[in-house]
Amino acid sequence: MQAAAVFRKTFGTACRIAVNLLIFAIFFIPFYWMFLTAIKNLGQTLQTPPVFWVSKPHWENFSKVFAAIPFFHMLKNNLIMTFGIMICQFFTVIPAAYAFARFRFAGSGFLFGLTLATMMIPAQLVFLPLFLMFSRMGLINSYASLILPWATSSFAIFMLRQTFKQVPRELIEAAKLDSASEWKIIFKLMLPIAKPTIVTLGLITFILNWNDYFWPFVLTTNNAVRTLPVGITSLNIVDGGVKYHILMAGNLLLVAPVLVAFFFAQKQIIKAFTYMGGK
Amino acid sequence: MRDTGKTIEAYLPLAMPIPRMAAAEKYLRRAARAATPYMMVAPAIWSLCVFVVYPILYMIWLSAFRWDMIGPKIYVGLGNFAELFSNPDFYVVMGNTFRFMFFSVSISIVGALLLAVYLKAKTRTNAILQSFIFTPYIISMVSVAFMWVWLMNSEYGLLNFILGKAGASGVRWLEDASVAMYSMIIVAVWKGLGYNVIILISAMHAIPNQLYEAAALDNTKPLKTFFRITLPMISPTLFFLTLMNIIAAFKVFEQVALMTGGGPINATNTLVFDIYQFGFKFYQLGYASAQGVVLMALIAVCTAAYFGALARRVHYGGEA
Repeated sequence: MQAAAVFRKTFGTACRIAVNLLIFAIFFIPFYWMFLTAIKNLGQTLQTPPVFWVSKPHWENFSKVFAAIPFFHMLKNNLIMTFGIMICQFFTVIPAAYAFARFRFAGSGFLFGLTLATMMIPAQLVFLPLFLMFSRMGLINSYASLILPWATSSFAIFMLRQTFKQVPRELIEAAKLDSASEWKIIFKLMLPIAKPTIVTLGLITFILNWNDYFWPFVLTTNNAVRTLPVGITSLNIVDGGVKYHILMAGNLLLVAPVLVAFFFAQKQIIKAFTYMGGK
Repeated sequence: MRDTGKTIEAYLPLAMPIPRMAAAEKYLRRAARAATPYMMVAPAIWSLCVFVVYPILYMIWLSAFRWDMIGPKIYVGLGNFAELFSNPDFYVVMGNTFRFMFFSVSISIVGALLLAVYLKAKTRTNAILQSFIFTPYIISMVSVAFMWVWLMNSEYGLLNFILGKAGASGVRWLEDASVAMYSMIIVAVWKGLGYNVIILISAMHAIPNQLYEAAALDNTKPLKTFFRITLPMISPTLFFLTLMNIIAAFKVFEQVALMTGGGPINATNTLVFDIYQFGFKFYQLGYASAQGVVLMALIAVCTAAYFGALARRVHYGGEA
């Protein structure tokens, strides 16, 4: 009897370790393979059977990436687009969320309904008409066409409104008695209280826009404002053929900042996305 | 007040109109107070109207025209829709879109459920594994797509090497028309799974522990505990998560554009990629807009289901 119990326990632990290793392999090996390919040369890349370790990393792959695409220009565009969107959203989302949380005004129900109704509408639905709109205004290949459509976020308004609603009314009334203006209440009272929500929303906005490929791809026709994710795709063909080691080197440069950030702030990042999905 | 040496009478002429001024000021102040909320929502609402509502109305309007972006718009009424629904390619594209949606969402949701149960205990190993599963979710689809294009390369790819070691023959992951769509689904699941896992785990952690303690007292079997306690308690989260997954699957584009370009022979061509092709490659903007209206209808159904369920949940006093 006891031997059977011991056996079952050992067997269970062994199974668990095996499954853990399998999960680890499925989610780690693709990243390792990207990294490894990024430091191989062409010969090692196409070697069969493949080599699983290279003793002399070919760092020159990265300089080939810099030579093939205007990397730093695109990095700059990526930063401008991402932070442009974040700054715009800061100034559109916070007052709107506050107004929807605190006031009942004529049409407030309708306007909030409009905000909710647009929450699910993806970029993939509006890119065609917006492309035509921007091209009529001569704004294709401009930062405006990358930033303005995302200048506000229904989702962020909704989330922040929920947070603002939880602030006790007495606190606001007390501030009112001190004859603080509404704007002062927002920036001096509400923002410090809602800071965790705002940081969370900011983090999500940053990651999603930093990674975005679709929008900068469909709204640009040249490299003037193209961002890194779009730039990396043109590494697909270098010197008239697919050079996977160059492609993976570019890929590594694209994911490295996110991976480093994730490594240091994984708890916060996972919490942020959990929070987003939990409502 | 500074003493200017004058008596109060000297100010009287100035003071005369004060009562009327006060009324005007009071009125203005009230007007300003009434306008405050409108000023606060104005930037957001303006932006939503210009960049969401107007484009959608414009797209619906455009779907009634034949237009190549340069020439004049020719009114065709519902002609684009007639053309759309009589085009066999459209049914191929819709079939692909739904197949992609169905398999990627069901595999991802069921897989995430299993992993959430497996990893929900708060241990160090589980936390590390969760991080690994979640990582693909926060990196760009561009990177994920290229990583997998390389892994799935039929000659030099790691996947076929592993298959070969296991004694199986290589698969032409992205070149075989009968396989390519499933390769896309594998990549979509790999990227999106982690998000579903962490959401489900957090929903499971929110279940009151007394329920499990009661079940343990009754010596309930783990499987029964799962179906009688865990699953019903997380079902609202599961429902919303599934809807979000469905919407995300309907708008798939990056993967198609970067991994297969819709091929081979249309096998991975999906709705958004087709809209892009017709709009930006073939310059049939009316036809592309009509397809856009179809996509809008799909998303509208999902959104309606979402808010319908949300309203019911609030109505029955469930926690939102």
